[in-house]
Amino acid sequence: MTLLIGALTIGLILSLLALGVFISFRIFNFPDITADGSFPLGAAISATLLVLGVNPILATLAGFCGGVLAGLLTGLLHMKFNIHGLLAGILVMTGLYSINLHVMGKSNVPLLRETTLGTYAERVGETIFGVADDINIGGWDVNIQDASILGCTFGFIALMCLGLHAFFRTNMGTAMRATGDNQQMMRAQGVNVGVMITIGLALSNGLIALSGALLAQYQGFADVQMGIGMIVLGLASVIIGEALIGSQHVGLTIMGAVMGSVLFRLLVAIALRWGLNPNDLKLITAIFVFLALVLPTLLNKLRASKARTAHA
Amino acid sequence: MLDIHSISKTFNPGTPNEVRSLHSVGLKIEEGSFVVVIGTNGSGKTTLLNAIAGTLIVDSGTIRLCGTDVTHWPEHRRATLIGRVFQNPFSGTASLMTVAENLALATKRGQPRGLGWALPRSVTTQFHDRVRELNMGLEDRLDNPIGSLSGGQRQALTLLMATWRIPKLLLLDEHTAALDPKSADQVIRMSDNIISRDKLTTLMVTHSMQQATNLGDRLIMMHRGLVIHDFQGPEKRRLRVNELLAHFEEVRRSEQLDHSAAEFLKNNYI
Repeated sequence: MTLLIGALTIGLILSLLALGVFISFRIFNFPDITADGSFPLGAAISATLLVLGVNPILATLAGFCGGVLAGLLTGLLHMKFNIHGLLAGILVMTGLYSINLHVMGKSNVPLLRETTLGTYAERVGETIFGVADDINIGGWDVNIQDASILGCTFGFIALMCLGLHAFFRTNMGTAMRATGDNQQMMRAQGVNVGVMITIGLALSNGLIALSGALLAQYQGFADVQMGIGMIVLGLASVIIGEALIGSQHVGLTIMGAVMGSVLFRLLVAIALRWGLNPNDLKLITAIFVFLALVLPTLLNKLRASKARTAHA
Repeated sequence: MLDIHSISKTFNPGTPNEVRSLHSVGLKIEEGSFVVVIGTNGSGKTTLLNAIAGTLIVDSGTIRLCGTDVTHWPEHRRATLIGRVFQNPFSGTASLMTVAENLALATKRGQPRGLGWALPRSVTTQFHDRVRELNMGLEDRLDNPIGSLSGGQRQALTLLMATWRIPKLLLLDEHTAALDPKSADQVIRMSDNIISRDKLTTLMVTHSMQQATNLGDRLIMMHRGLVIHDFQGPEKRRLRVNELLAHFEEVRRSEQLDHSAAEFLKNNYI
């Protein structure tokens, strides 16, 4: 049960990463590798501030802002200096590795007795259920602390999704989606496409850094290596979400990204339980994304050739 | 209104593919006039339109719009003054988004886009009324993705979008060329209605001799980056399709003359 709750919580935390990747990759069709740098940036900033005794909410917010700045930088490199989008992301990601080390002062910052957002969530649980160790939910004994963290994470993610959905229905959000769809049209409608993409990347990386900040507080440490492969992980979640939802509607695709992230984390937990070597996790994620990208076209081709033979 | 002073544009300068698309073109358009631009392929019609819209920046010369020098304004800034319909029906709309969302984008052309709702109820009822005026039955499909509509329907909506906020200048770039004859006819009548209703200053590029003679109060003929004929007032009203074709024939023959004359001179003197 602890394993399940842990997987759900991490899945929800990483759904912010999926939403960030959804904005850059799906809305703008921009493969933004900055994610691999902004994820640990959010973790590094918030963990360092927490160790200095800063309020957890402020520390988390600072992590988010760090991601926003990273996204702005990638946008500027791409739009102002005409650097290829992929390369702009790689440059910022590579630079961020050093910056993250400087922020933390070492490669790993543990959070042992610091007050984190997790502490807040546990207090919320205590006021609701009283001070007990376990509660009984549907026949399972559940650790109250774990359950309250999961509940608070769920509430927070739900709020973020509602906020994001609302944003995409404002004038600016609509213009942002249209910019990803048809840049020529948006220029003719008086939108500065470069500025719009830069704002989108800032928002995307802000969410990704927020995800990193939350994960650092949940697992109790920030590590300079924790960003490796995050863009692929986010992509995997987005792709699973699209398969689950199968719709272009904004609200549903946002929900899909969250569901995809949680489902992926559950699958990983099960695979690890069955004895999957944790070292193989990233390889399997990469292969999964490869298959998810290639299979639809392959299946279509197969279907088309079958239809042709049927006709003949 | 629009004052173009000797603009030039050369593509791929200094290479074997060099194309002089606009050759010191000058053009003045009065407020409220409807100018039709016609010309052979590669005559520079579309380049002229793109230069005015800011899709490309000219090499030399100035473009003034409403008394303001816009020569170095980027495209999105000029969009505050200019409404535009493209040749390709897919170019003017965002296909994944709904009809209503596309219209909402157009209601903010050239305006700052803040965090207000894109589709408040007051606006959607307005959309419903204006779309019903198109007589295409699209008022019941406002929530459908615009990509599910036909080319003619999308072009009609693009026209509605380009003129939703009354533009100082309307640019139509062969906007019926990609449509079937029936839709083309429908869209062209729609354009004419809107232009005369709102007294829009318009520049329309077309390949259709029929459209060129029937529409507008001025006709400009371009060839090889130059304006070679400019029919205005009574002269434009009298112009018929066969006369226009005769002008094209004249251009063709003078070109052949150039060619054969060059050949003649070469054979005799070199």
